[in-house]
Amino acid sequence: MTISVKVMHRPEPESTSYLRAALSGMALTFKHMVNPTKVTQQYPEEQTDLHPRWRGTHVMERHADGRPKCVACGLCPTVCPANCIRLVGGEDDQGNRYPIVYEIDEFRCIFCGMCQEVCPVEAIHVGRHFENAEYTRERFVYDLDRLMDQDHPSTLLWDPSDPQSE
Amino acid sequence: MDLQPISGVPALIAITAKNLLIFGGVLIVVAYATLAERRVSAFIQDRRGPNRVGPFGLFQPLADGLKNILKEETLPATASRFFFVLAPLLVLVPSLVTFAVIPIAAPLPTPWGVVDMIIADVPIGILYVLAFSSLAVYGVVLGGWASNNKYAFLGGLRASAQMVSYEVALGLSIIAVLMMTGNVTLAEMVWQQQQLGMWFAFPLSLAFILFVVSAFAETNRLPFDMPEAESELVTGYHTEYSAMKFSAFMISEFGHMVTASALMATLFLGGWDLPGTWDNAFWYQGQLIGGFAQDGSVILAQPTWWKTLLTLGGFAAKTGFFLLLYIWIRWTLPRFRYDQVMALGWKVMLPTALAYIMLVGGTILVLDELGVAWGFGYGLALTAVSGVATFAFIFFIDRGRTITGAAAGAAQKREIKTIPQVSSRPAIAEHAAVGD
Repeated sequence: MTISVKVMHRPEPESTSYLRAALSGMALTFKHMVNPTKVTQQYPEEQTDLHPRWRGTHVMERHADGRPKCVACGLCPTVCPANCIRLVGGEDDQGNRYPIVYEIDEFRCIFCGMCQEVCPVEAIHVGRHFENAEYTRERFVYDLDRLMDQDHPSTLLWDPSDPQSE
Repeated sequence: MDLQPISGVPALIAITAKNLLIFGGVLIVVAYATLAERRVSAFIQDRRGPNRVGPFGLFQPLADGLKNILKEETLPATASRFFFVLAPLLVLVPSLVTFAVIPIAAPLPTPWGVVDMIIADVPIGILYVLAFSSLAVYGVVLGGWASNNKYAFLGGLRASAQMVSYEVALGLSIIAVLMMTGNVTLAEMVWQQQQLGMWFAFPLSLAFILFVVSAFAETNRLPFDMPEAESELVTGYHTEYSAMKFSAFMISEFGHMVTASALMATLFLGGWDLPGTWDNAFWYQGQLIGGFAQDGSVILAQPTWWKTLLTLGGFAAKTGFFLLLYIWIRWTLPRFRYDQVMALGWKVMLPTALAYIMLVGGTILVLDELGVAWGFGYGLALTAVSGVATFAFIFFIDRGRTITGAAAGAAQKREIKTIPQVSSRPAIAEHAAVGD
């Protein structure tokens, strides 16, 4: 990559003019003053388009009957570098494993998205969401029900076969 | 209709009402000037500014006021308590009472007599303005000194030096106006501009420019805001102030702006005068006259309430224009260096103002000797002379050396001669080309 250099010439004292420079500056600011296009985003009304691979708070996918897709394999708490996932697995009469306790501490989470990458059944996802304010610290530990109730879209994983894509 | 000035009990009521309305109006304008400053600065920088409180952010000043009242008042442990508390008041009061002598509209006829739309038509007029505007510097210096903080102290020192310096140029630029009107009351200044058929901004163009620049320096606004230069002095003389005391400094700054804008409008843009002779009115030998006939007899004025309203609108528009100019310039021009401010004040403004007084005085003398009647032709002749002077002034100041500053300009010149700076430039350009 080439670096382009813009050479700035210090104006000669004899050739500079404060008045003309001031007037041209006034003209410039006036143009901006009457220019209706503004860069400010009116946040609560205008929402940002989050990137498809934005990694935010988690979403737990569920089956059609409302059960979590998680099979309590234990891969996500193992891979989690921040050690923020607490999982206690159980087994029902048919031998299906399911999570009895599944908690994610969103304060400890570093949003690396490795839980989503490692999940064999595509149950846990990081989500395209960032508005997480709460009044107490306890509310940042998301339990299983809360994770399943999250209604924001989940993050698109990076596709190794198409590395340039979004 | 009885065209006598209002007197007796109705006069007392009228004076009270005028006091409340005009000072209330000024305070509201001051409050909204703070909002305008934030909004206009935002527009200039392609932002939107405060637009959340109320429609278009119109209640923002109320929210700011409420916030400032509720915030904690801090008192530095080493500050001089008495003067620390006194300073904001000393700044606030002069900035607001100056407005009392500025006429804001044509006289208003009422069933009890004609009401002048001015709080106090004192005979000393402009001298009162100058006296009170010089009082403001005490508050600034006291605030900086009493805080016992080095930045505040530096700000106070700078403020005193700057305001004293530019007061000279301010006063001298007014002298040209005084020579034209022959009186110091602001009502008569408006009247003379009506009689001249043109506003003093044209026949006294150089005085107008000098007055505007000096007024900017007097109100400590950019590009002359040395007393509160944020990047050097935190916020200068009000560094240690918080809550309502800080707010008092803020209100006084904007109060100064409003008063200075109104003064500029009155002295140089005809005050409440609107184009045409229909709105002219002046107390002349106990009569409210609208002009003089050819034979020297007076023509009585016809004041009506709609003329008062229209002229009030004209005055507000002119003052608003200067307020906008204040804000516009603040968000365009960078701050001067301190020596540049001083050099501009003493080495450019003061000599120019003095020379201009001689020029205007001479021209008035010549015109009077020639027997030119006070009117449009008189104004045109002065406009031509002032135009030449203004052009010469701008031509001179537009050479780049003038603003460079006192000692710095000479030192810089020598430096450029000794250091072979110019020869290194092609090498840099070559390097840039390789990089591309």
